Amino acid sequence: MASSAQVAASVDQTLALLNGQDYVADRRLATAVFLALRLRRPLFLEGEAGVGKTEIAKVLAAGLDRPLVRLQCYEGLDTAAAVYEWNYPRQMIEIRLAEAAGDIERSELSHDIFTTRFLLRRPLLQALSPEQGVPPVLLIDELDRTDEPFEAYLLEVLSDYQVTIPELGTIRAETPPIVVITSNRTREIHDAIKRRCLYHWVDYPDAARELEIVRRKCPHVAESLAREVVGFTQRLRTLDLFKSPGIAETLDWAEALVALDRIALDPQTVADTLGALLKYQDDVGAITPEIAARLVREAQADPLKA
Amino acid sequence: MPVGASTFGQLGANAFLDALPRGRLAENVLHFVRVLRAAGLPLGPAKVQDALAAVEAVGIGERSDFREALAAVLVSRREHLPIFEQAFDLFWRNPRLLERMLAALLPKVQGRAGDVADELPARLAQAMVRAPVPKVLPEGEETELDATLSFSAREVLQNKDFASMSAEELAQVRAIMRTMKLPLPERPVRRTRASPHGHAIDLRATLRQSIGANASLTPLSFRAHRRRPPPLCVLCDISGSMDRYARMLLQFVHALTNDRHRVHVLTFGTRLTNITRHLRHRDVDVALARVADAVEDWAGGTRIGTCLGEFNRKWSRRLLAQNAVVLLISDGLDADAGAGLAFEAERLAKSCSRLVWLNPLLRYEGFEARPAGIRAILPHVDDFLPVHNLQSLADLADALAGPRIERTMQAKAA
Repeated sequence: MASSAQVAASVDQTLALLNGQDYVADRRLATAVFLALRLRRPLFLEGEAGVGKTEIAKVLAAGLDRPLVRLQCYEGLDTAAAVYEWNYPRQMIEIRLAEAAGDIERSELSHDIFTTRFLLRRPLLQALSPEQGVPPVLLIDELDRTDEPFEAYLLEVLSDYQVTIPELGTIRAETPPIVVITSNRTREIHDAIKRRCLYHWVDYPDAARELEIVRRKCPHVAESLAREVVGFTQRLRTLDLFKSPGIAETLDWAEALVALDRIALDPQTVADTLGALLKYQDDVGAITPEIAARLVREAQADPLKA
Repeated sequence: MPVGASTFGQLGANAFLDALPRGRLAENVLHFVRVLRAAGLPLGPAKVQDALAAVEAVGIGERSDFREALAAVLVSRREHLPIFEQAFDLFWRNPRLLERMLAALLPKVQGRAGDVADELPARLAQAMVRAPVPKVLPEGEETELDATLSFSAREVLQNKDFASMSAEELAQVRAIMRTMKLPLPERPVRRTRASPHGHAIDLRATLRQSIGANASLTPLSFRAHRRRPPPLCVLCDISGSMDRYARMLLQFVHALTNDRHRVHVLTFGTRLTNITRHLRHRDVDVALARVADAVEDWAGGTRIGTCLGEFNRKWSRRLLAQNAVVLLISDGLDADAGAGLAFEAERLAKSCSRLVWLNPLLRYEGFEARPAGIRAILPHVDDFLPVHNLQSLADLADALAGPRIERTMQAKAA
């Protein structure tokens, strides 16, 4: 891969790659991504919801010009949904056809219906044996949602980049995919998984970086409003909330304010649109008009200093 | 030599070093990894190679890159980041300095492996001092205990309140507790297994069978949902009024932690402490010694509302996924007189599938829910059970296996 060789040349180039896709990364993240590419290790991203973990995989796929294969995890995820499944209806039809034609040889038949023609390829298998031959970016999203048995299975996949299908044999990736795993930390992921990965805690961005993100992602938001929005959100995160707003919420809120034709913050507008930032009634209730007014005042006086 | 670097690590790494022409840098990285290991980071010998590969990839031109590269390889938990950063700053300035600092740093960040050697002599010493206390049973002699205790002696022990036991009785009870289990009723999970009585047709197995058998009829195979016990989260009150019970019950909790997966334990008094990792050690004495080091508010006041609030904000989403059951062990006597407690208790009850309150005060016949703290929690719990002697612990399993005693105490409280 020419493109991956280029991007893996240095941390600076990785930073530029992410930047080129409008992902404003800090140097720590760029280093982790660079090492993941260079050392061919999975990248394990942990952090609160809405800080841009999933986005990294998308940006990498776009920037390196590779397909993105996404595996969304959920409780009870099994090999049939994650790796492969046999196409049973087609197999049955095949058997019926063979029977109807009369040329039925049972041992032959079992050989025929367990071939790749009847194989439904799920995300992990797609990532290990890509159809176009280009190793994709494999995004294993929200690993914490699944259960321990799947984690244990993943261990084999991540260390050897291979899966075993009893009827077909072992399928091994010629070139391993770029693996990005995300977790919202709704439970602890087993240390064995983490050990195989490069770990990065994705934190909330500082004010300057968040402002840059708002500028990039919502270019039609006026500069002064963007500064106030960022100043307000940054201060909101210092409060003791059940769920602090992520970057996704900041962007939503900026869009909401533009849609309402606001060019500056005022306590009433904040009260009306708080639902874009805070998603728990307790948190919304905790931001009383006095607190909102104080935050707005501070955000307007000195936006980028929390 | 930094304390705690295991011999295993030494051997593997030394052999590795010999094969390397990279000289001083490799050696320093190796020492750095050892230092981190001594400070409690779980780093195996393979991490040295990873670290070297990472350093080689980034180069040593820029200090910050060098640092982040090492961090990406060597840190795998957010909590370890501050330790890494302190160690990095010290080590890559002057390695000698660090070795002297390390001794001061050690007690704060207790390691998981490696430091057992340090703790065992302490235990031995303790055992010597404690010699007059009779019958602190060594491991593996529990069965003998059963034989030595007559039936009536056991009976008395079963029903005696922990708070009124002698040292000898407590030691016996502790030994019994170590073998206790808490079989929570299993719940169906989304994963399935082959079962003749299942509801979903297993097409894969059915097709396989139809290939083998030379018959025109194909029997159907079925799958059913697997069942497993739910995750358990124990919140144990360790304030002054609970002191004697808490010390005993932690033995029981230790047995639970090591009996099964998905158990998390937190203590609270004036603050909340997660002691799950400390309790993981198989040896109950080592585990409890670590807990004692980690918990700073033993036998102090109680601020239940504040602590439950902190739990709800910081931990509930991490620990209460997948239908967890919460055991709240507390007498409900709250220094804040129940301020804000009802709200937090309700939130806790709504975040878990079952909230079980174990209260030693319930042993009194004429127990009335007078204190404000108790009245605040009571309407929200699913089960309200006593926990003051062995019998109540044994009954616990039965009570939890049955249908919920659903908010029956609510009427009494009102």
